[in-house]
Amino acid sequence: MTATKKKSGADATGTKVMTMLEAINDAMRTEMANDDRVVVFGEDVGKKGGVFGTTAGLHEEFGEARCFDTPLSECGILGAGVGMALYGLRPIAEIQFLDFIYPGFDQIVSEAAKMRYRSGGEYTCPMVIRSPYGGGIRGGHYHSQSSEAYFCHTPGLKVVIPSTPADAKGLLIASIRDEDPVMFLEPKAIYRHAKDEVPLGEHVVELGRARIAREGTDVTILCYGAMVPVCQKAADLAMEEHGRSCEIVDLRTLVPLDEQTILASVKKTGRVVIVYEAPKTGGFGGELSAIIAEKAIEYMEGPIVRVAGFDTPFPYALEHLYMPDPKRVAAGIEKTFVW
Amino acid sequence: MSLELLTILDKNGKAQKGKDPNLPPEELKKLYRLMVATRALDDRGLALQRQGRIGFYLQSTGQEASHIGAAYAMKASDWLFPAYRQPGILLLRDVPYEKIIAEWFGNSGDTSKGRQMPVHYSFRQANFVSISSPIGTQLTHAAGAGMAAKARGDDTVFMTFCGDGGTSSNDFHSGLNFAAVYKAPVVFICENNGWAISVASKNQTASESMAIKADAYGMPGVRVDGNDILAVYRVCKEAIDRARRGEGPTLVETVTYRIASHSSSDDADRYRDKKEFEAWQKKDPIQRFKTYLKHKKLWNEAFEKECVVGAKEEIMAATKVAEALPPMGPESMFDDVYMNQTPGLKAQRKELHDLMLKGGVGAEIGHFPL
Repeated sequence: MTATKKKSGADATGTKVMTMLEAINDAMRTEMANDDRVVVFGEDVGKKGGVFGTTAGLHEEFGEARCFDTPLSECGILGAGVGMALYGLRPIAEIQFLDFIYPGFDQIVSEAAKMRYRSGGEYTCPMVIRSPYGGGIRGGHYHSQSSEAYFCHTPGLKVVIPSTPADAKGLLIASIRDEDPVMFLEPKAIYRHAKDEVPLGEHVVELGRARIAREGTDVTILCYGAMVPVCQKAADLAMEEHGRSCEIVDLRTLVPLDEQTILASVKKTGRVVIVYEAPKTGGFGGELSAIIAEKAIEYMEGPIVRVAGFDTPFPYALEHLYMPDPKRVAAGIEKTFVW
Repeated sequence: MSLELLTILDKNGKAQKGKDPNLPPEELKKLYRLMVATRALDDRGLALQRQGRIGFYLQSTGQEASHIGAAYAMKASDWLFPAYRQPGILLLRDVPYEKIIAEWFGNSGDTSKGRQMPVHYSFRQANFVSISSPIGTQLTHAAGAGMAAKARGDDTVFMTFCGDGGTSSNDFHSGLNFAAVYKAPVVFICENNGWAISVASKNQTASESMAIKADAYGMPGVRVDGNDILAVYRVCKEAIDRARRGEGPTLVETVTYRIASHSSSDDADRYRDKKEFEAWQKKDPIQRFKTYLKHKKLWNEAFEKECVVGAKEEIMAATKVAEALPPMGPESMFDDVYMNQTPGLKAQRKELHDLMLKGGVGAEIGHFPL
């Protein structure tokens, strides 16, 4: 099947202040106008526009065939998405909360992720799986988990997590255009808090490039998603209380990982704190820690420190203590100096 | 409510009045040739496994009518989302023996580049989508592809297969439900061969049949004698035409029997009653169709020889060619994970490459064939 491409939407220029929600919506609107193979579907994404509003107005603008509600089955949404991608569409499947994805896990890890490899490249699965993830909204166990590590452990998948509205748009457009399946995880805690200038029209942020969110000289903080603003505050605290100059690296994509930027920063500062909200054990921070230990141990002047969620199920009433906060991250920063 | 089992060929090989699809003689002979060749291919596959030349094989013996009859009712442009027991469709769609057999060896002649166990074929040229081992995942793919084709206004129809065990999977429910809700042009074939490895189909569901499940999804369900190629063809043709007219999906249950063990790794004698097996052997789909052809005066010894010996010779020759093809290069392991290799994969590829230059890497692990 060949693509029928229209030149519209992408022509707009300038910037506009948007929340991350609006930026994600704008990314899908832009790509749906650009490429009629792009379809968006999931639970409540049609007329309602999604439980968070990420698909607001898309049903109205592009019609039922391009943006539609599905039965309540993650297995069905993801399996049908694989079929659509195989047939030549560019499906964007929304899973309402990442905590609900497990009935469709097999379709992601054994089907979408493996299709190119197992067919010797004959069949591919260019599909985006969007899902809000992470804590901080008083959502309890079933609306708060941060399970990115499962997907990072799956060859064939890319894993993308934005932390700013502009990146959310640029990375989502890049994900939709990617020829491989992408898990696009949206930090819902900052859906509305993060407001920023977002380029209008065409805006692509290449996958696999980390962003230096703050330059510094004493210690590197590696983080992603909703932990980036937490780390910004922690860096302020570390400067105020101990005069530490922190460099913050926002990973943006966990797979493929920008090792070069990570290692350059760590070699420069000689100290590193890795911050993630998932349970500590088996989390992606362990992988980052191992990479640094393997490739930059001779540069390290202090222990590699992880500040993460605890190894408990996500606690509803005590989430403020479970989630890494600026104080806890600041304490982690000090551990790299005093041990 | 119970569903009748649709049959056309009686015990004596006669087509019931008014039910014979009246296919032209050459087409009938073609179907016979395909069934015979499929069995010969299966015999060869198992023999190669027993000789230790390939690592695994999985037979379709006894189910030739069920899958060939179903796929024969499609257009070549229609897509298949198969399970792992429909090799006759490859022959129907003109995939050369050499390509099929190279997949068993997993060598450089394999379109899947040695990435999967034997019989997990992928042949894009035949619109035959890559097979996976889990029992139902292809059912939702067919629903989604059907939704996509419908949205684009194409008249492609999608046929997908599962076994009786597959009806218990998440994807069976999701696939049938999605296809029905969106009226997708899909034909679901459940080949009920009585056994899911060692679990009998009566222990798979409390439903009186597999086909009756269709009712709950709001689509027609049909039970057909899966060892009667004319009945399977007729039922599937109707379902395909219905799908192409935009009237939505159908569930077809082909009632058949797995004559062989589940796979080369299984021994059905350990859990299956011999009498059941012997009773089904008498209903062999090839023999039944042969009797029908005899009545029509389309079969004689010369034709039989041409079909059987012809297939065996071609398969032997293709085996020789396929087996001699070079293995996949070690570094191909890192290809096709993504469209472009990530920096991490490039580094791992180099690591393996450098170690191999020194020699000895991988010497302790079982080489192909196992």
